[in-house]
Amino acid sequence: MEYFFELLFSGLTRGAIYALIALGYTMVYGIIGLINFAHGEMYMIGAFTALIVSSVLSIHHLPLPAILVLAALAAAVWAGAYGFTVERFAYRPLRGAPRLSPLISAIGMSIFLQNYVMLAQTADFVPFPSLVPEFAFLEPYSAVVNSSSLTILAVSALVMTALTLLIKYTRIGKAMRATAQDQKMSLLVGIKVDRIISLTFVIGSALAAIGGLLIASHIGQINFAIGFIAGIKAFTAAVLGGIGSIPGAVLGSFVLGLTEAFATGYVSSDYEDVFAFSLLVLILIFRPAGLLGRATAEKV
Amino acid sequence: MLLARLFLGLAALAFSVCAAGASLAAETITIGVAGAHSGDLAPYGLPTLKAVQLVIREINAQGGINGQPVDLLVEDDGCKPELATNSATKLVAGKVRAVIGHTCSGATKAALPIYHAAKVLVISPSATTPALNQDGEYPLFFRTIATDNIQAATQVDFALQTLKATKIAVLHDKGDYGKGLAEHAQALIGKSGTAKVVLFEGITPGAVDYSAVVQKIKRAEADAVLFGGYHPEASKLVSQMRQKRIAIPFISDDGITNNTFIKVAGKDAEGVYATGPADVADNPITRTYREKFKQAEGAEPGAFFDNAVAAALALTKAIAKAGSVDPEQVAKVLRAEEVATPFGRIKFDARGEPVGIGFTLYQVNNGQFVQVR
Repeated sequence: MEYFFELLFSGLTRGAIYALIALGYTMVYGIIGLINFAHGEMYMIGAFTALIVSSVLSIHHLPLPAILVLAALAAAVWAGAYGFTVERFAYRPLRGAPRLSPLISAIGMSIFLQNYVMLAQTADFVPFPSLVPEFAFLEPYSAVVNSSSLTILAVSALVMTALTLLIKYTRIGKAMRATAQDQKMSLLVGIKVDRIISLTFVIGSALAAIGGLLIASHIGQINFAIGFIAGIKAFTAAVLGGIGSIPGAVLGSFVLGLTEAFATGYVSSDYEDVFAFSLLVLILIFRPAGLLGRATAEKV
Repeated sequence: MLLARLFLGLAALAFSVCAAGASLAAETITIGVAGAHSGDLAPYGLPTLKAVQLVIREINAQGGINGQPVDLLVEDDGCKPELATNSATKLVAGKVRAVIGHTCSGATKAALPIYHAAKVLVISPSATTPALNQDGEYPLFFRTIATDNIQAATQVDFALQTLKATKIAVLHDKGDYGKGLAEHAQALIGKSGTAKVVLFEGITPGAVDYSAVVQKIKRAEADAVLFGGYHPEASKLVSQMRQKRIAIPFISDDGITNNTFIKVAGKDAEGVYATGPADVADNPITRTYREKFKQAEGAEPGAFFDNAVAAALALTKAIAKAGSVDPEQVAKVLRAEEVATPFGRIKFDARGEPVGIGFTLYQVNNGQFVQVR
């Protein structure tokens, strides 16, 4: 039974990691219907920014929680700026173009940003300090769960709730939903659609950056390519949960993370991807819109 | 008299111009260098490139091989098999008759058939998968590193004899190199009779979290972990094991014996064992080349530097002795004649394996790999 709980927690940790990235994917998709392949790169840039900021701050001997908060803030702002710029230059000019064009543009941005960071920083792995303090009350359970996985779990729950509230109950959220439904109509009723879309990218990228910081602090190392694999897995999770749906992204991430952990624990880690992707195929056969996605009728 | 002297001088000048013209016309020997020069495995490939450049610069400064200058054609494969075939095709198209590389076993395996078809001699300083040339199907393949079989035997011997381990968890990264090593270790442990393999698994490289497999190690009550693979996964695995308070010995391979592993794993790297090429710092050839590298680059030479120097020396000396770049004749010399390298005098057996290069065990001690005596 203890083994079961250990696997459960390792699945939840993985799920929460995927969820932090998947939330940004699903939000952008929900609003402009674009799969933002450069999203994983925002996660990577966030991690690098956090590394630089935290190294500078730790020279000045700031307490760990202060470093964590300041680094998270800096990473979110910096990655938000990247998100804004990428949207402005790579996606906005293609607003009226067929759906495939911005998708290709997104893949191009992803390749560009990876290589840019590789040249500007390094191709090698660099160590990332563990910024989440060790909670003393967790020591008896250290074999099962540690403070960084618990923090990741809490933050992804918090972010999911905050995003849901933002979209459901605020003016901006209303404008976002309107933009998602019909961009032309939203313009006619006075919503600044371009600004709403920019805002979506900024929020999505800032979330990815905070994810980048927490995950890098959990894993302890980063390089320029970490956004790719994490991005693919998070994207899978978003599709699994129903892309465009915020609770769906979180549910999908946990389903994926738990499947991988239990497949590893009870079968073999050789087959973790086999189980994860078989599950994706099965869900898409029986629920093509994903677990919580709404099936929309396609007008021909 | 003066006129005669002037005349003589002019004639000498004309002759020397002619001589220069002749040596310019001497055909250049082009050697290919292929390996990971970018990407996360670049720390394994770049030292090879630097080593070969160093040796070749020296040879050219001494007038080349038998008077022929040597030129390098460099191809980056990023350790990816699909890129390695491209690199190989480009090198073959560039009329290269001998290649030093590739860095990784997977990439070398993918490229070998192309070189074989074009009759190009290949000498790898770092590809250690035994299966590359087990049946001798590539008569023009050589390497200046001992194979994983020897490496696995060193690891298993150490785990069983010195650590007295009886239940061993064997993990790998599903790659050609890591899996091959792990499978051989598994077979050796099985044959030993004193220990058994309690867990044999492949982990997914690049995954965000390995805690599930770490729990499995604990549940199997293993008293040692043997990991076949590279440093990014090894550092994540060992860090997560220590986080979960699993303090059993972690033994890995020369995929982690580099400074990046120690830098990234930090305090969790302490006490980790890894096999690597025997320490040959006392050899004068080794010392000379390491010094030269330090002078030129201002840094310590990285992984497989000595092996690459050995490959470059063996190849260039064999070309000189064969008096031709014809791969068949160069191969014959490599098999027949001993050559002085950073590892001492070595030669190659029928399957291109080096005779005289072995493995030894290292342990991380105060942020450095120290040879275990």
